[in-house]
Amino acid sequence: MATTTHLEAHATGHDAASHDAHTPTGWRRWVYSTNHKDIGVMYLIFAIIAGILGGLLSGAMRLELQEPGIQIFHGLAAMAYGMDPAGGEALDAGKHMYNVFTTAHALIMIFFMVMPATMGGFANYFAPLMIGAPDTAFPRINNIAFWLLPPAFILLLMSMFFEGPAGALGTGGGWTIYPPLSTSGQPGPAMDFAILSLHVAGISSILGSINLITTIFNMRAPGMTLHKMPLFAWSVLVTAFLLLLALPVLAGGITMLLTDRNFGTTFFAPEGGGDPVLFQHLFWFFGHPEVYIMILPGFGIISHIVSTFSRKPIFGYMAMAYAMVAIGFVGFVVWAHHMYTTGLSLDVQRYFVAATMVIAVPTGVKIFSWIATMWGGSITFRTPMLWAIGFIFLFTVGGVTGVVLANAGADRALHDTYYVVAHFHYVLSLGAVFSIFAGWYYWYPKMFGYMYSEFLGKVHFWTMFIGVNLVFFPQHFLGLAGMPRRYIDYPDAFALWNRVSSIGYYITFLSMLIFFYAMWEAARKKRPAGDNPWGEGATTLEWTLSSPPPFHQFSTLPKIDSTNAH
Amino acid sequence: MASNKRVGIICASVVFGMVGLAYASVPLYALFCQVTGYGGTPSRADDNPKGVIAREMTVRFDSNVDHSLQWTVTPAATITDKIGAVDTVNYVATNHSDKPMTGMAVFNVSPERAGYYFNKIECFCFTEQTLQPGETVEMPIVFFVDPDLAENKDLNTIKEITLSYTFYASDNEGS
Repeated sequence: MATTTHLEAHATGHDAASHDAHTPTGWRRWVYSTNHKDIGVMYLIFAIIAGILGGLLSGAMRLELQEPGIQIFHGLAAMAYGMDPAGGEALDAGKHMYNVFTTAHALIMIFFMVMPATMGGFANYFAPLMIGAPDTAFPRINNIAFWLLPPAFILLLMSMFFEGPAGALGTGGGWTIYPPLSTSGQPGPAMDFAILSLHVAGISSILGSINLITTIFNMRAPGMTLHKMPLFAWSVLVTAFLLLLALPVLAGGITMLLTDRNFGTTFFAPEGGGDPVLFQHLFWFFGHPEVYIMILPGFGIISHIVSTFSRKPIFGYMAMAYAMVAIGFVGFVVWAHHMYTTGLSLDVQRYFVAATMVIAVPTGVKIFSWIATMWGGSITFRTPMLWAIGFIFLFTVGGVTGVVLANAGADRALHDTYYVVAHFHYVLSLGAVFSIFAGWYYWYPKMFGYMYSEFLGKVHFWTMFIGVNLVFFPQHFLGLAGMPRRYIDYPDAFALWNRVSSIGYYITFLSMLIFFYAMWEAARKKRPAGDNPWGEGATTLEWTLSSPPPFHQFSTLPKIDSTNAH
Repeated sequence: MASNKRVGIICASVVFGMVGLAYASVPLYALFCQVTGYGGTPSRADDNPKGVIAREMTVRFDSNVDHSLQWTVTPAATITDKIGAVDTVNYVATNHSDKPMTGMAVFNVSPERAGYYFNKIECFCFTEQTLQPGETVEMPIVFFVDPDLAENKDLNTIKEITLSYTFYASDNEGS
């Protein structure tokens, strides 16, 4: 065994040396890139661009919802269609446009912001570094996976400019694209563009997952057993499996939708013997694991940050790793808790309530292990640590409302209200996004070699923390009071908390300006970060390399012994 | 490297397998609905071997017509009878267009849990119906409610079952 390892290390070293002779430069370095770090950076930049667009869409929604009545969308529609803004026509077009904005906001944030940032950016960049691999297993597939994303994104954006329902632009069927609204309700090509966009984005993610799974299984450094592997690599492995199992089901479901729309099949059309509820089953069989796909890499990132800034190894490493496996596994058998109101029998509802509640157990293991890691540690509240603690707090709030919604009885009242909106934004918009920012501030010095301003990072954190809580906490009250989601207008009774929520959006917007200023400041000041700016708490392999890491790393594979585990 | 290829191929076959499963779910779901009456799918039977019990059940009838089919369909009147009794009712359909039209009906039962116990012996919904311009036809349904319904505690409080039909123009017949 030892001999083989030695030979492999030697071979890889030779390989890397010969590659270095012709390191690509200029546009070729990026467009033709097979380098996991460059591809990771491109994913992150892509996610930032998509995030700006998705964030602006939600801004239009919050502007509209700031006051009862319809304020801005009839004007926007009048501009887009060249109608008279005072007419009823513009009002109707405006209402549809609001639905188009909610649909696009959701699809962009899920498929083009969170997933590229976590599974594209951080996973590509840091999973190979953490397991001591020179690159990923299939570098060219990695390149294809990334370059499928921009066309997918363009397809989605194009769908906003094609006819959806008769005489109106874009698809307003919500991200869940339930038939019959997405079939007979949106006959125009806008829906087809959106479906194809999801196909292409799905293929991209599947290719990326195959690459990451193979890398993690086959390319760990000598001595790095699965049970010594850092938790972020674990989270990536579990997430990649979820993608592999869930995305093809979405692909199948939306392909049926596409053929129902265009080629006369009747998978979801009752007149031909189909059933629209079947689509909901297929969609949520994908949709529920999808929410864990978005949050699991965040779990991995947070584990490293909490451990680094507490200067302690993570508490309960094995429990943490297998909690993620358990969450991934159980995540596949709880999908119908999104469908309590579709006429499931009481026994089926009982099962899905119980199974859903079970997820709180491994999730609780993770939350308490993070707290136990901090317990008695020598904690420094650097910027990434603030984001990590913010994540734990916000994710727990979202988790608790999730347990409330898991009850079929309570869900009967809260289904499709703002309570649900508040719940999933607490776990995703606040949870997943905070973990992405935590990872960004944690690894920024490693990726770019420079240190950002600690002060600006902290100002960004506090502004955003206050902003997003103002946006989403009042939405719990709105939901409990019965305000339904996906409407452009609401009765005056809901005015107060909607106004607070909109003010929260402006504060969040300001925090994003601070973020971009902080990045500009860091790029301009060029403070060298050093190999390891975080000190002895940062124990994973990426900190043993220079900042930024060399174009090809680990030409001699690092050896992992029992002393430097996770 | 050969091992990379192996893992990659295994992963890819998992992907294709899951796409296949997504498609396999379509017939499986239909089968599941038929066997369990899930979603209010009624059952078919030839006769009622189980006899009649004392509990009574009211059966209401409902009809809807898709806009592509220029028919009016009048549902049968509400009927109350002992559970297990075989009853015959008639729907009446009229074609208001100036051309022959073929219609097809899809149906389900509410409450959905009762679907399993609702048996149809004969029904116009088993075949397509063609109506000449202006023609009016009576469409019979022969049905009974399975006495086993009394043993399902979820349905203890049920006094009424509604059978609903929605009529669509069958292929290429719509306006």
